[in-house]
Amino acid sequence: MHRRFKKDRTESGGIMSLDKQVYLDYAATSPVKKEVLDAMLPYLTEKFGNPSSLHSWGQESRQAVDDSRRLIAKFLNVKEKEIIFTSGGTESDNMAIRGIIIGLGARLKKEAAPMHIITSQIEHHAVLRTCQYLEKNGLAEVTYLKPNLDGIIDQNKVKEAIKENTALVSIMYVNNEIGAVQPIREIGKMIESENRKRTIRETRIYFHTDAVQATEYQEMNVEYLHVDLLSFSGHKIGAPKGVGVLYKKENLPFQKMIFGGEQEMNLRAGTENVAGIAAIAKAIEILQENKAEKVEAVNKMRNYFIEKIEKEISDIELNGSRELRSPNNINFYFKYIEGESILLNLDLVGIAASSGSACTSQSLEPSHVLVSVYDNPERAHGSIRFTIGEKTTNEEIDYSVEKIKEIVEKLRAMSPLVPEK
Amino acid sequence: MSDISKLYSEKVMDHFQHPHNMGKVEDCSGKGRVGNPVCGDLMELQIKVEKSPSADGGKEIITDAKFQTFGCGAAIATSSMLTDLIIGKTIEEAKKVSNQAIIEALGGLPPVKRHCSVLAEEALEKAINDYLEVKKKGRIKI
Repeated sequence: MHRRFKKDRTESGGIMSLDKQVYLDYAATSPVKKEVLDAMLPYLTEKFGNPSSLHSWGQESRQAVDDSRRLIAKFLNVKEKEIIFTSGGTESDNMAIRGIIIGLGARLKKEAAPMHIITSQIEHHAVLRTCQYLEKNGLAEVTYLKPNLDGIIDQNKVKEAIKENTALVSIMYVNNEIGAVQPIREIGKMIESENRKRTIRETRIYFHTDAVQATEYQEMNVEYLHVDLLSFSGHKIGAPKGVGVLYKKENLPFQKMIFGGEQEMNLRAGTENVAGIAAIAKAIEILQENKAEKVEAVNKMRNYFIEKIEKEISDIELNGSRELRSPNNINFYFKYIEGESILLNLDLVGIAASSGSACTSQSLEPSHVLVSVYDNPERAHGSIRFTIGEKTTNEEIDYSVEKIKEIVEKLRAMSPLVPEK
Repeated sequence: MSDISKLYSEKVMDHFQHPHNMGKVEDCSGKGRVGNPVCGDLMELQIKVEKSPSADGGKEIITDAKFQTFGCGAAIATSSMLTDLIIGKTIEEAKKVSNQAIIEALGGLPPVKRHCSVLAEEALEKAINDYLEVKKKGRIKI
């Protein structure tokens, strides 16, 4: 579907003439689904009221927000008042971590500070930078766990890292770069059993998971997962950018971050993004329809993609776990060549992917995820992530692998790193 | 959808897609390998130096130059442009080819990619020094 035919774009500075495009970057963002757009549009136009207004315009919008909250609460198997609408995954992560640490700090006063956070080296920057901020300001001390060679965080390592002052564990559900699916349920159950051993003087340990990359394909039942806080985002699942959700179990010590009005159970001020909220609820409704079949189909497509690359191209390695892997993620290390030049060449033949290379970022730092898992910056520089969606076709994969093969060969022909035969 | 290729000038994209003088020089007179794959770019430049016909004083001229590069689009394009700029030049002239000259010849580089042109300049310097060193030791007959 997202393979389009287009005209020469030379007048805009491009230098190519492309006849097709294949979008393989669904983990970066996804297009808004037609049904989602239909569900949200009225709240931008005729149903434009402010949900806090008493009149019928306002009540119509309030109804949309309430209905959306109910649908999402049911999806996560939680209470409605435990759903907070935010501006996206990043805000949800910030709010969860700072909310708990600062909230606990206020409750415990100074004797317990600083509190201890356990997270991993492969979290999204929304989590990492928030933890670093708390660390830098003396509000928390942080343990950054290293994953194993498959990119998985071992629950025993989490357990070993727990200290008397541990207050929060934040581990992502699915890694955005290598698709590694983390043992959230196992960690959650372990934390619960640790909490039972705690004395009344100690704070209990709260567990947050960033589920931004998990929403569409993993089990999202909070009771099953044993988490206290969970973040997800709209634009990864067919809703627009600018809307997200934080699930926060009721009665947690929690400090709000955005001050103003009393929206969102007085936990997040600001007039609700009604259209965005209606959209994310619709996207959740749609993804639950035949979920098992859809997950299976995407999984099959991913395996086809991986097997085809492994068959066609030499000197490569799969990044991340083969078994504990998100159905949409394909990530390969192509030896002897550099990621940005692969991406540029892919873009020239209409294929969108992303890379762990430093050269695609402003910071010139290679992917912190690949560096952490493999201790090899060269591997990070030469790795490419492809993420598929339910609309991806076998034909698109065939076309892409054919082009990837040509590009890899072309770049290897000019690389000084290829061993002499 | 915007293109990554818009990061770069048309000239850079042209050299990136169709690099000039890629590979190795047979019986090269000097070579320079700079950079590091850990940092994301590695460049090797090989040059062939020959005496020009006596009519113009028998100067040492770079008659061939080839590169091999592991790196981003800018690294490949600067390598390619470097070879274009030095082929046909005397050693003295080639020494004056700066990273700025490479950037200008490419119609500019994004600021974050300027280090690629520095790498190219260093590769050239190293290849010339390698040649001069070998010549001094008398291993090359010009």
